[in-house]
Amino acid sequence: MARIWVFGDNTDTDQILPGRYAPYMTSEADLSKYPFIEHRPEFAPQVQPGDIIVAGNNFGCGSSREYAPRALRAVGIAAIIAPTFARIFYRNALNLGLPLFEAELQSRVADGDLAELDRNQGALTVGGQVYELPAPPLWLRQVWDEGGVIAYYRNHGRLPLGEAE
Amino acid sequence: MPEPTASLPAGLTLSEQILSHAAGHVARAGDLVIAPIDRCMSHDSLTPEVIDALENELQAAHVKHPERIAVIIDHVAPAASVPTANAQMKVRRWVAQEGITHFYDVGVGVCHQVMIEEGLVAPGQIAIGTDSHATAYGAVGCFGAGVGSRDMALAMATGQNWFRVPETIRVNLHGRFRPGVSAKDVSLYLCGSLGMEGANYQAVEFHGAPWMTLDSRETLCSMTTELGAKAGLYYPEGEAAAHLQAPAWLRIDPEARYGRTVDVDLDALEAQVAMPPEVDHVAPASELADVKVDLVFIGTCTNGRLQDLHAAAEILKGRHIAPGVRLLLIPASHRILQAAVADGALATLLAAGATVGTPGCGPCIGRHLGVIGAGEVCFSTANRNFRGRMGDPEGLVYLGSPETAAATALTGRITAATAV
Repeated sequence: MARIWVFGDNTDTDQILPGRYAPYMTSEADLSKYPFIEHRPEFAPQVQPGDIIVAGNNFGCGSSREYAPRALRAVGIAAIIAPTFARIFYRNALNLGLPLFEAELQSRVADGDLAELDRNQGALTVGGQVYELPAPPLWLRQVWDEGGVIAYYRNHGRLPLGEAE
Repeated sequence: MPEPTASLPAGLTLSEQILSHAAGHVARAGDLVIAPIDRCMSHDSLTPEVIDALENELQAAHVKHPERIAVIIDHVAPAASVPTANAQMKVRRWVAQEGITHFYDVGVGVCHQVMIEEGLVAPGQIAIGTDSHATAYGAVGCFGAGVGSRDMALAMATGQNWFRVPETIRVNLHGRFRPGVSAKDVSLYLCGSLGMEGANYQAVEFHGAPWMTLDSRETLCSMTTELGAKAGLYYPEGEAAAHLQAPAWLRIDPEARYGRTVDVDLDALEAQVAMPPEVDHVAPASELADVKVDLVFIGTCTNGRLQDLHAAAEILKGRHIAPGVRLLLIPASHRILQAAVADGALATLLAAGATVGTPGCGPCIGRHLGVIGAGEVCFSTANRNFRGRMGDPEGLVYLGSPETAAATALTGRITAATAV
């Protein structure tokens, strides 16, 4: 079972990964010890591959730094669920193949809850309760399965845009 | 190739016109388009990752259009550590290898200012930057959007990328600024009233003040990022746009459909301040007189331009900053620094107690050249006051205009320019 980590509104990129810990500053290729290093220091040591972030509005606001979602992917976050995402974070996560779902679950689940995610159907099960998530279209599932937009581009010779189901 | 311009129908916003023209078919808010990119801007902080994505993941032999790429070293300039110095060497080697001539090394200035100063963005174009404040290019009527490393790598390798055409919020500016009030106050007022995601996924167009200077337009367009915007646009008209050639197809269309219209009465606007830790946590400067500051920082792509230095010099002329306060000045570009030397503004600011850093981003992103410690309070003309943004997570950042910053440096407490 995956653990749910709950975050509030406007979780910004400086909370996710402060600029001082950017790869440009440290030359560190492994980003797994940095997510929420100052905002929530227990996160990185405790998070397990497959865990899920449930957050409030405007998750990922702020910088264009792609290493913020990359660090969340590095620790194995399986999905982030929030009512809204800041637009650059949304694009970066999509490009990296990190699943995002636009849904309001922050008020319905608790930090530490155990959950099961079906990312292809768009469903999160928590304590017997099934929460419906927006079902991803085929092209999005392919981007996730293939490991991001660049892998998709190399495999298909084009951007995923506009593909019919 | 794009269709003839005459094929653009009536009723399109500036973003719809630009993306339709580039895509070669009519595109309205909500549509997805693939468009050629006129200009790619990449700065030192993300270019090493762009290079890795290009070479290791895309396995692109070369960038497609080196002449459309600009690379600017501004985020940690000069290098503050050995890893950063090594990363900058990697960037310089790659720029030479790819034949990228629009390369601006340490000290030329903040990327967005350099793009506009060097004429690398123009009305009707599409530019992307590996920096969220690429919205600044809207000051010259260019659709500018921030992207991450992989979007940049795709655009460099293929010459194009995909966009969702944004809805647009129309901001009508009425009247003129009161003394001590400037463009930043409009931006912070909008942050306070629309909220940090008030324009998420959307564009913002400014209308109604053709007298606005280019420097002010850059502040306004750049700060739309703090509303979550994808682009901020000022139609190229008035004296500030006299040197710009707007294409015939780009126009303000009275029939354009806007998602929302906001009116701002400049005659009634007073100096605004964003309080930590969020940009939409805004109050009039006059209500924050109890807040003592340790550092005042005037600079960045938001407010480090010549007009901003002049505004600060006007207030600080013949006076001295308060004891115990540090005033850090970082001009947004080398050209601005030279102009401020030539016209005496810099001498005025130095005499008032300012110290000067290398043109670039400075401590805005909390990496070097003036980061703050636990419990320190900074009044900054930059764009973000997130927790930990400028240094220790227990440091506090207040945001405001250069006028308010100068008055605050004089008194050591947050002070509107009209009060000194």
